[in-house]
Amino acid sequence: MTKDLLVFESVSHAYGVARVIDDMSFTLHDGEIGCLLGSSGCGKTTVLRAIAGFEPIAAGSIRLGGRLLAGDGVSVPAHEREIGMVFQDYALFPHLNVEDNVGFGLSALPRAERRARVEAMLDLVGLGAEARRYPHELSGGQQQRVALARALAPRPRLLLLDEPFSNLDVDLRERLGREVRDILKHEGVSAILVTHDQHEAFAVADKVGVMQGGRLLQWATPYTLYHEPAQRFVADFIGQGVLVPGRVTAPRCLSLELGEFCGLLPLGFAAGDDVDVLLRPDDVVHDDASPVQATVVARVFRGADFLYTLALPSGQRVLSQVASHHDHALGEPIGIRLELDHLIAFRRQ
Amino acid sequence: MPGTRAPLRRLPKMSALPALKTAAVWRWRLPVLLLSLCTLVPLGVLLPALFNPDPGIWAHLIDYLLPQLAVNTAILLIGVGAGVLAIGVTLAWLVAVYEFPGRRFFNWALMLPLAMPAYVLGFSQLGLFDYTGPVQTLARAWTGSSEWVPSVRSSGGVVLVLSLAFYPYVYLLARGAFATQGRRALEVGQSLGLSRAEGFWRVALPMARPWIMGGLMLALMETLADFGTVAVFNFDAFTSAIYKAWFSFFSLDTAKQLASMLVFIVFVLVVFEQRARGRRAYTASARGGQQPRIALAGVQGWAAAAWATLVLLMAFVLPFGQVLWWAYQGWAEEANAVLVDNALRSLMLSAMAALLVGAAALLLAYAVRRDGGGFNRLLSRVATLGYAVPGTVLAVGVFVPVAWLDNQLIALFGAWLPEGTGSILKGSLAVLLLAYVARFMAVGHAPVDAAMHRISRSQEEAARNLGLTGARLVARLHLPLLKGGLFTALLMVFVDVMKEMPITLMTRPFGWDTLAVRIFTLTSEGEWERAALPAVLLVLSGLLPVILLSREENKG
Repeated sequence: MTKDLLVFESVSHAYGVARVIDDMSFTLHDGEIGCLLGSSGCGKTTVLRAIAGFEPIAAGSIRLGGRLLAGDGVSVPAHEREIGMVFQDYALFPHLNVEDNVGFGLSALPRAERRARVEAMLDLVGLGAEARRYPHELSGGQQQRVALARALAPRPRLLLLDEPFSNLDVDLRERLGREVRDILKHEGVSAILVTHDQHEAFAVADKVGVMQGGRLLQWATPYTLYHEPAQRFVADFIGQGVLVPGRVTAPRCLSLELGEFCGLLPLGFAAGDDVDVLLRPDDVVHDDASPVQATVVARVFRGADFLYTLALPSGQRVLSQVASHHDHALGEPIGIRLELDHLIAFRRQ
Repeated sequence: MPGTRAPLRRLPKMSALPALKTAAVWRWRLPVLLLSLCTLVPLGVLLPALFNPDPGIWAHLIDYLLPQLAVNTAILLIGVGAGVLAIGVTLAWLVAVYEFPGRRFFNWALMLPLAMPAYVLGFSQLGLFDYTGPVQTLARAWTGSSEWVPSVRSSGGVVLVLSLAFYPYVYLLARGAFATQGRRALEVGQSLGLSRAEGFWRVALPMARPWIMGGLMLALMETLADFGTVAVFNFDAFTSAIYKAWFSFFSLDTAKQLASMLVFIVFVLVVFEQRARGRRAYTASARGGQQPRIALAGVQGWAAAAWATLVLLMAFVLPFGQVLWWAYQGWAEEANAVLVDNALRSLMLSAMAALLVGAAALLLAYAVRRDGGGFNRLLSRVATLGYAVPGTVLAVGVFVPVAWLDNQLIALFGAWLPEGTGSILKGSLAVLLLAYVARFMAVGHAPVDAAMHRISRSQEEAARNLGLTGARLVARLHLPLLKGGLFTALLMVFVDVMKEMPITLMTRPFGWDTLAVRIFTLTSEGEWERAALPAVLLVLSGLLPVILLSREENKG
């Protein structure tokens, strides 16, 4: 049975006249890791800061474990919210060594307990040997882990991570992402991170929210986001794929240049409606026997597979993921067919 | 991201190359060595006095001077240190992190006291609080007596005046640190369960410590170097004692002894500051930039504005107003040929010193660029040490070797010199300028060096690659890019020399009275009103770098 931990309800926030968060709602369950995904300026960091208590909200409410943090004239001061934060640039204290950085939020504890907790946290992030070093003597990845340990040490009810991996090299980013997820799950801490990197979001989070222009477009598991995007923007933003034009022929069926397709569920459109249909690269299957031919216009060899950009006779481009040994030249026509498990269609704009 | 990459491995020494010829090695070391001698020699001649004092002089000092000097110096350092911290840090914090009525104005206006030499602030405060001054006159008019007005001619008065004069150093540096990391420091603290007040003491203040300490060090160096204020207050400090020993008791040896001790105190201060830093390294947050300020509502906002107003009134508006008023009243008598002569000499000396220091700073920065080995780096730091050495000390340190050199020259060439020649270099303009170069090298070097650092190695290599070498490379790449820094350097040195008092007083050629010297002469007679007009001229010239500073800040 999952319990609601953070309830973010109909929240709005504005700097002057510009709305940064626009009537946004989502719920994070206990023990879950959530992620807000969007390009810069979409308002995701402001959401984080509003939860932390650094930004006042104009409307709506924020609750943590049933306690009202903000809204209805209430605003619990940031330091009383029991919410930890890992800052983008870590914000480690340069005048304190690793140990004292991690122990910083524990001044209420007796000395012995504090030392034990610091030691446990440093072991957890694998920095037991670096306790006496100063932040500038550590690598970027190590600094990141100190920041994580420092934020986790006071046992916050919720941990916020602001673009936690953006300052790191790409390979380190992936490894640390997995590590952080393991640490959070091991400690049973609920967390929300903010990122513009989809791989990072999918690697770390249980639930991902896609944001655009201050609005939350969809809040769902990575699987759902990829396979069942609720909006055109989400379909475009998440993963690769192309929207191709089609026409609805029956409640469950539509016709495309590549043929007629029917799904299991009603599409929600009337017959005759013009729609755009999402085709992922793995939906477009290379098949020499297929009567439908498309011309290779671009190709990227990715090791395990090829990503071909193909032109249909009408000129419409589609992406196709093809096994690595199918090496076709530019300009070469190849046979393709569609393999659609479910249809994702949006009304033509 | 620093630290994520493995450190570059040192290339093995290329032993195949033939060793550079000695001449080539010294090509870029010699200029640096010569420039460093400007500070090395004056400091060097004081060393014997420090380590091997003359027993007679020492006994005299212990009996009559040192106890008082030690107490007074301690009062100055502790009092002014506490004063500049209390004023500078609070104002910097308010202006950088909060929004309150008048904040934008105070942001730059609080730098204005930089334009006012401490001794001008000193004598105008004395005038304000004199028996015939406005404060006591008002007190008598309202309460019938001015007995209760505390005397400003006291150690407390000196401490207050110097704190008001030097707090901008702390203010400027602390404000920079707080503006980039203050608000975030509070947020980090809050995310770890600290209230804002706790966050200030436990996070924001410790994180800004190196900048605050830097400002404090500058303020304390200026305090130790101050001559004009303590002289006008008749407060016995090392600087005024050095002057008296030399010019009232004609004992250069006593002056030397005192100067060596003052240098030692400065040295202890510098070492103390370096030690305090330890292994910690501080960098301003990369994510700096302007963060939205926290609005101070109602009473809190007005209290902040009131505090800033009080400091600004005491440190600039009232004293400058007083000086302006005196100048206006005495205009007819004081705006005479003597004043014009003094002003012209001030301008001439400042211009010559600025050009000399500018050229020296360029040479120094370029020589280190061409040969950045340990030798040059060490000596270039030595060459810029003079800013930490009080002017009275440098005056003694420059005079002693010049006098020795004069004696040697006269002994050697006496036969060819006119009958009765007692000095050749002594008392010449060259000595004065040499002392200026030693004292203000750092002021000129800092902006030029900063500009030099912005010229990358690859830019130089690109220019070489395009066929430019030697002087043409310097003329077409370096000079155009160094122009801004050089201009700042010239301006800063110019204004500093305008305000400079002890070196000019002690080593100037006979008859070379400048504005600062005139102020000294008049104020030592208690003639505040007559000293006002030259003081106004100095304050006006001092406004130039303040304006420059605030404009550079606005540029970002």
